[in-house]
Amino acid sequence: MLDFLKTLIASFQDFLFLAGRSFLNIFKRPHYYDDVFLQMDVIGWGSLPIVILIGAFSGAIIALQMARALNAYGASSEVGTIVSLTLVRELGPVLTAVMVAGRNASAIASELGSMKVTEQIDAMRALGTDPIQKLVTPRLIATTLMLPCLTVIADVIGLIGAYLIAVPLLKLISGGEYWTSSWQALVLNDLAQGLLKPFIFGIIISLVGCFYGLRTTGGTQGVGRAVTEAVVSAMIWIFVTTLLIDKVFVGL
Amino acid sequence: MATPQEPILEFKDVSLKFGETWALRSVSLSLKPGETRIIFGSAGAGKTTLLKAVIGLVGVDTGDISLFGRDVASAKEADLFPLRARAGVLFQEGGLFDSLTVGENVEYPLINQKSNRSSNLIGADTQDRAKDALTFVELGHTFNQFPSELSGGMRRRVGIARAIVTEPPLVLYDSPTAGLDPITANTIMALVAKERDVRNSASLIVTHRYQDGEIMSDFRYDQEQGDLVALGDGKDQALRDRTKFIVMKEGSVVFFGTKQELEASSDVYVQRFVRHGDE
Repeated sequence: MLDFLKTLIASFQDFLFLAGRSFLNIFKRPHYYDDVFLQMDVIGWGSLPIVILIGAFSGAIIALQMARALNAYGASSEVGTIVSLTLVRELGPVLTAVMVAGRNASAIASELGSMKVTEQIDAMRALGTDPIQKLVTPRLIATTLMLPCLTVIADVIGLIGAYLIAVPLLKLISGGEYWTSSWQALVLNDLAQGLLKPFIFGIIISLVGCFYGLRTTGGTQGVGRAVTEAVVSAMIWIFVTTLLIDKVFVGL
Repeated sequence: MATPQEPILEFKDVSLKFGETWALRSVSLSLKPGETRIIFGSAGAGKTTLLKAVIGLVGVDTGDISLFGRDVASAKEADLFPLRARAGVLFQEGGLFDSLTVGENVEYPLINQKSNRSSNLIGADTQDRAKDALTFVELGHTFNQFPSELSGGMRRRVGIARAIVTEPPLVLYDSPTAGLDPITANTIMALVAKERDVRNSASLIVTHRYQDGEIMSDFRYDQEQGDLVALGDGKDQALRDRTKFIVMKEGSVVFFGTKQELEASSDVYVQRFVRHGDE
């Protein structure tokens, strides 16, 4: 038990070490802009279809469920408010992050893991390139910039999905009322946490993926293990941090 | 700066432990320009760790490692980059980057040194030099292919091209012939000897094949004939003596000497690597 805790704390320390070095590298030469743009394309543009799909469905589902719940209180006209608050504050950031974690934390871990087991990481160091600078920092920058964008898109698409259910299908309120109420429901606090979360999740997803990828051992089997560990821990950390952020922002 | 008489690489009493097992145990060795060391040893004897320690890819617990007159053991990663730029490495599996073409792989160290400003390559056409290095290993036609399209032996040769493209004074070869058929293996060793004799570079070769050591010890590359020629006994003795053999066991060096001394050794463990080194 003690050994288990020791390894847990040791790997957390390694993780913080990696995080520190990759953040410092943002301000250090050489900069690999090509890799940053490539990763932004892979992570941002590549995740767009799935994020749109998930956004639309989650918006529609909230509208459907809430319509029934609100009806019990005779408050079905509040559907826009409810949808926009839950989407912007919680479901948009978390669902997008979970999708991107499934898609990209795994991709990052498997790519870096394969490079590790085929000695490409060692080769990189031997040829005078810092693997953290070349591999981790571009992924960190790309994910951290792209995830807030994806989240905003998911929020907007989710509101459209909810609109389609609430207005044309269930005819709860008029289109104008829906958009006005959903817009007026949002205050600065909601937007702040809605944008802070994906920013933090982006850091978590990229660093966790890189961390497990870079410490892969044991050949191709090890790569599979690294991918599983990366996705599972990225998701756990997403939910843990969202709770912590909520706790802070609810108090504000 | 190391002069021709001074060793370019020196290990002094270097030790490293992974948990309870010794990876390196009081290892001392030195290497001068143009010299070759063949390293034998069973799996897990510390051969690859030794190579990686040379350029600081693994840190050591105790002892001094000096490369080109600089201390490696206590240097920071950033300070090691200029040193590593002067040592070529061939990794066991080639270590080629899958995402780059063969040409880009070979060009990589050149471009990298350019951007790190660790050598004055500014202005030199890196692509031409990469092509030259690929032609050196007789793979000039694969420039635009990807490593995955090549056979194992070809990938190994591309790895050699990448290791020597910067014309380093020291080249480290990790099992250059492992898992290859004898003909391909001999082609590779001929290239290794060619690199040594054309550019007078020092080499550290980890291998399982006794023949690899024989080629390095008993042959030299003749540029006019374009092939290996056997060394004579008389005045060529000095050339033979540049190649020495190291046998490692559980992290320790258990044998160090010339080929004749190796063959004359009565140690059972050392004898396993003579002739029937392949097991």
